[in-house]
Amino acid sequence: MSLILDAFTVVAVSLGAVFFLAGAVGLLRFPDTLTRLHALTKADNVGLGLVVLGLLPQAERPLAAVKLVVAWLLVQLASGTVSQLIARAARRAGPSA
Amino acid sequence: MTFALAVDCGLVVLVLGMAIWTIAARTTFPAVAGFVAYGLLLTLVWMRLAAPDVALTEAAIGGGLTGVLLLGATSRLRATAQSAAAERPSAPFRLIVAGLCTLISAAIAAVVLLLPDPAPTLAPEAGAKLSLTGVGNAVTAVLLAYRALDTLLESAVLLLALVGVWSLAPDRFWGGAPRSLALRYRDGSLSLLGQVLPPIGIVLGVYIVWVGADAPGGKFQGATIIAAMWVLTMMAGLQNPPELGRAWVRLILVAGAAFFLAAGIAGFWLAGAFLAYPPGFAKPLIVAIEAALTLSVAATLGLLVAGPSARPVRT
Amino acid sequence: MSGTTLFGLCAAVLVGLGLYGVIVHPQVLRRVVAFNLLGAGAFLLFGVVARRGAEAGMGGDPVPQALVITGIVVAFSATALAVGLLLRLRAVRAAEDADR
Repeated sequence: MSLILDAFTVVAVSLGAVFFLAGAVGLLRFPDTLTRLHALTKADNVGLGLVVLGLLPQAERPLAAVKLVVAWLLVQLASGTVSQLIARAARRAGPSA
Repeated sequence: MTFALAVDCGLVVLVLGMAIWTIAARTTFPAVAGFVAYGLLLTLVWMRLAAPDVALTEAAIGGGLTGVLLLGATSRLRATAQSAAAERPSAPFRLIVAGLCTLISAAIAAVVLLLPDPAPTLAPEAGAKLSLTGVGNAVTAVLLAYRALDTLLESAVLLLALVGVWSLAPDRFWGGAPRSLALRYRDGSLSLLGQVLPPIGIVLGVYIVWVGADAPGGKFQGATIIAAMWVLTMMAGLQNPPELGRAWVRLILVAGAAFFLAAGIAGFWLAGAFLAYPPGFAKPLIVAIEAALTLSVAATLGLLVAGPSARPVRT
Repeated sequence: MSGTTLFGLCAAVLVGLGLYGVIVHPQVLRRVVAFNLLGAGAFLLFGVVARRGAEAGMGGDPVPQALVITGIVVAFSATALAVGLLLRLRAVRAAEDADR
């Protein structure tokens, strides 16, 4: 049973790492701020979600699993707000940004 | 090479890469962004060094609050950046300085490689008297029981820094409020964050202070989170920085250090020495001191970010 | 070579890098950033000493760890004071340029 859980953890965390890598590649390769934001937020939210999902079986107590999910939700909240702020500042700065 | 060693190598490569980026960046903003990332990577290094309390402090204060301070300064000092860039020192000078710094690094590296083995340590002695202090976390015991004097002086140093920052205000603004931290363009999503996050953040901060007695945590980490929530509400425009001449502001700032000092002086009567805790009362006294200090340190850190007075007293 | 020694050597390099930045950068804010880099490297050195003192069921010697926590808070207050001085200096210079 623990072998299956460990395999699930490895698969999910690796998939999450792939999403993070994709977000980083998008950050480097996309032409302007708004598209880079899109790549970053989509990849990082899903990537972090997959990492948290993969770590859930490794939690010793249910409370630790709840803390992991709360951490993911807080990151969603913060990164969503930050993306809005950056996007509005980029739109204000004009097409050169 | 074991897996753990490979992870450590990877971390070291990342940390050094971020440090080189921070030093070598052309403009200030990438350097400060690199510094914040450097702080977060150092948090991972601290976890690898089995120091979770220090990791929390580094993430909160070293990366977070210092980053906020430096980013704010970057945007306000942008005009002077161009004029300073022209004064870059000559290449021979930089080469000589690089050589000397390499010598210093080599000397420290030699010291690291020649550290005595077995390493001298105070861990057994710290652990032996832990039951007397009533706390389970050895670092909290060191901070608030064994070396309580250092923590008292540290809270005094924080207040001194705040007084130093306040003294930079022009005379006509003394006692007034600092300049507003709100962004130039009011943003709905930031207002939402400033309303949703602070309750969660305050609960988290108090939890970290409370649980620091027996598990990794402590008052500086918790106070930083509470201060960050306050700074967030000020940045979202939901609250204005308070007027610095108000009595209640100064009372909150001084309460922690004053209570700590009073407990220390009371130690003369109750237990025979300065900052000695009477046996059996150590845990409640430590918790009370932590509570008072959390409030004061949170207020101090928030006001350090807010800066000196920039408006006259509203009469 | 253990991971702890590796982190100690990393701390030595960080101290050198930070010192280079403090001396060489013309802009004072960059020097403040480099100074923080230097401080973090020095704290890492303390952390290595603490880790090597792991005994009695603890992961590390708690005394250097407590010193580092104090140091991080004091370094932040020093940075805040330095940034305050910088901003005030700029305001004074701007006022002088406006008067001229």
